[in-house]
Amino acid sequence: MSFDVDIAFANGAAGAPTALRIASDAALIALTGPSGAGKTSALNCIAGLHRPIRGRIAIGDAVLFDGPAGIDLAPQRRRAGYVFQENRLFPHRRVSANLIYGEMLRDEGERWITRAEVVDFLGIGHLLDRWPATLSGGEAKRVAIGRALLSAPRFLLLDEPLAAIDPARRDEILTVIERIRDTLPVPILYVGHHPDEIARLTTVNVTMG
Amino acid sequence: MTAWLSPAEWEVIALSLRVSAVAMVATLPLAYALAWLLARRRFAGRVLLDAAVHLPLVVPPVVTGWILLIVLGPAGPVGAWLQTHFGIGFVFRWTGAAIAAAVMALPLMVRAMRLSIEAVDRRVVDAARTLGATRWRAFATVTLPLSMPGILAGAVLGFARSLGEFGATITFVSNIPGETQTLPLAIYSGLQVPGAEAAVTRLAIVSVVLSVGALMLSEWLIRRSGAGNSHVL
Repeated sequence: MSFDVDIAFANGAAGAPTALRIASDAALIALTGPSGAGKTSALNCIAGLHRPIRGRIAIGDAVLFDGPAGIDLAPQRRRAGYVFQENRLFPHRRVSANLIYGEMLRDEGERWITRAEVVDFLGIGHLLDRWPATLSGGEAKRVAIGRALLSAPRFLLLDEPLAAIDPARRDEILTVIERIRDTLPVPILYVGHHPDEIARLTTVNVTMG
Repeated sequence: MTAWLSPAEWEVIALSLRVSAVAMVATLPLAYALAWLLARRRFAGRVLLDAAVHLPLVVPPVVTGWILLIVLGPAGPVGAWLQTHFGIGFVFRWTGAAIAAAVMALPLMVRAMRLSIEAVDRRVVDAARTLGATRWRAFATVTLPLSMPGILAGAVLGFARSLGEFGATITFVSNIPGETQTLPLAIYSGLQVPGAEAAVTRLAIVSVVLSVGALMLSEWLIRRSGAGNSHVL
């Protein structure tokens, strides 16, 4: 299984426990549902930023969380390539320093892609000296994806990557995601809304709420 | 310039700068730790700690000085213990003046730093964690640099507040020329004797110049720390 998730977690402050089950070998799995259904909370559980009430999370042969077994890896040890909806680039670091932040924290043996490859793959060579605040939505998204890829992730979590993108630029980002799905060795969990974009990316769709 | 101020007046200024600098540098780490705790942690006694930190801001400085005397004085629990075991005493010493200045400056420093820590987006800190940073590294590479303007502002505010400290100092360590007589105390003493009007004027001018200088320095430091990414502020 690429994603093998079976958890219950608190969604929001007073939310009733929400359940999520994913068991698939697909290269890209879509996670859909109305807003407030707990899609982002689910990604936070998988990334280690939010603790599930119970259950088990495994990606490939790595167990990230197992309630009964008492396993709960810290976020920095999960190797999640988390691309946040709001990107969350470091505002005090230029694009180049943002890109290598995660790479510098991983062992050489864990890395599977180089800076040059990432820059080339995403076409962001002309942005390296820029400050994050000066980037357009599409540029910032590509940098956020590049930063995640360079952190030697076992898997990618993409939280509504098209949400803040100019409609005219969405195709660009979708193409990048398709290329990651088809050419890079990381399974992707993709949170999205539009049936069109989901249909284009995958046939495996998990619905919440 | 040397002739304009008498050697005794130079001594007052040098002592003031030393007391304020020591008070500010020694308080900086404690103030930042308190600011971080108050900004980021929810724990039992948090409201109490917040109140304790702010106490010197609202209590009459003379009362703060008196409390310092009770606790750190030769008869006080902490003061007696330090005296017996380490031979350290603060009363009538410039170190005591630095302590009084530090206590009075602490709330201002904590406030400035706390605001800047609260302004750091926790979600960006979370992003650092997912990229492989331990809690400590995420703090050192994200929270600390992004709150730097607040640290600088707090440091300068604390320094300026220390330069002006009067009530707690005179109560705790008295007014001894060459040891505890800082600028405000020297100005006060000058006003008690006839014929010292010129000296008082000179010291008052120096006080204003130092304070304005500190303020301008902080403005400059804050602007410089934000150079190239001014949106951080």
